Amino acid sequence: MSLTDHEGQLLRRPLIARLLAERDDALVVTGLGSPTYDVAAAGDRAENFYLWGAMGLAAMTGLGLALAQPERRVLVVTGDGEMLMGAGSLAGIAGAAPANLAVLVLDNESFGETGRQSGLTGGETDIAAMAAACGFADSLSLHQEDQLAAAGELLWRAAGPTMVVAKVALDREMPVLPSLDGAFLTLRMRERLANRQQS
Amino acid sequence: MTDDATAAAAESADWSGAVFTAMKARGIRTVATVPDGGLVRLLNLCQDDPDLRVVTLSSEQEGVGLISGLWLGGQRGVLLMQSSGAGNCINALSLPAICRMPCLMLVTMRGEWGEQNPWQVPMGRAVESCFTAMGVHCFRADTAEAVGESFAAAADLAFNGGFSAAVLVGQRVIGAKSFQ
Repeated sequence: MSLTDHEGQLLRRPLIARLLAERDDALVVTGLGSPTYDVAAAGDRAENFYLWGAMGLAAMTGLGLALAQPERRVLVVTGDGEMLMGAGSLAGIAGAAPANLAVLVLDNESFGETGRQSGLTGGETDIAAMAAACGFADSLSLHQEDQLAAAGELLWRAAGPTMVVAKVALDREMPVLPSLDGAFLTLRMRERLANRQQS
Repeated sequence: MTDDATAAAAESADWSGAVFTAMKARGIRTVATVPDGGLVRLLNLCQDDPDLRVVTLSSEQEGVGLISGLWLGGQRGVLLMQSSGAGNCINALSLPAICRMPCLMLVTMRGEWGEQNPWQVPMGRAVESCFTAMGVHCFRADTAEAVGESFAAAADLAFNGGFSAAVLVGQRVIGAKSFQ
């Protein structure tokens, strides 16, 4: 499946599938809306925790998980609007300095879920630069396919906290809906982690 | 009063020490906070403990996400804040509510007894009703002696049942902030 559309813009669904193929045993937290569908489309599993609300909290939820599980890589996958609502989190994450945390922002410069209204990142506002200014160990704006290896390095292997902001097309994919039951999703991950520690 | 009785009275009035002891006894490892003047002693105790991690937040709602993530990963946390910060947490509280996660909070109240800054009054007056509306179990403590046991009760309710629970430490316990 091609990673880009006819204009050469990255497509979020195949991009996520490609990046998550390298996840190994990493834990993934998603921000509400399309990031949740994209990650679910790449394969539902106990190591995924999907937010369906609480806009702005994806990055901090990822920080908590990363601090509690310092031996596991933790990836937050969220959108540009969700990340901006939690922009202050960037400073808190840099302060806590978790080496195992990475954040992937799918930046379509729009509120895609609510009618494709213009977002805040189509002009001068640059979330990757915000992360760098807050003190993230490294950050990258991903525009084209030949940067994929560098993006994978930041997301899965580089010392965190790291951020990749993927500039993606404002496309329409069918929603892939994982469970809406937060208690189930919570217990499922906790149980998986507890069993892993026992074995 | 005898010296022993005086010491005992001082001990019972040291609510920060009582909360700290109750936190440690329940295996809390991480403290998330936007600081408040009423929290100085408790935060100092936490900072000085090598087994506790203090995470400073830019806004209190971030702490709700943080302690939810800790719980996902098998650890316990607590959120310490001023009453004005409770207002910043309202929608965030959906996360622990729907995920049946414990969200344990301690709130030092403003806008109450002897308040000299009227800007603190609206949110201070609204904390308990807003929290209650979001399903948070509120435990008011209006004497120093009541804070530690209220915190222990709130923590046990939260961690055993997956509830959100908050101790509201009355401004009369802390003393009004003077602007003179």
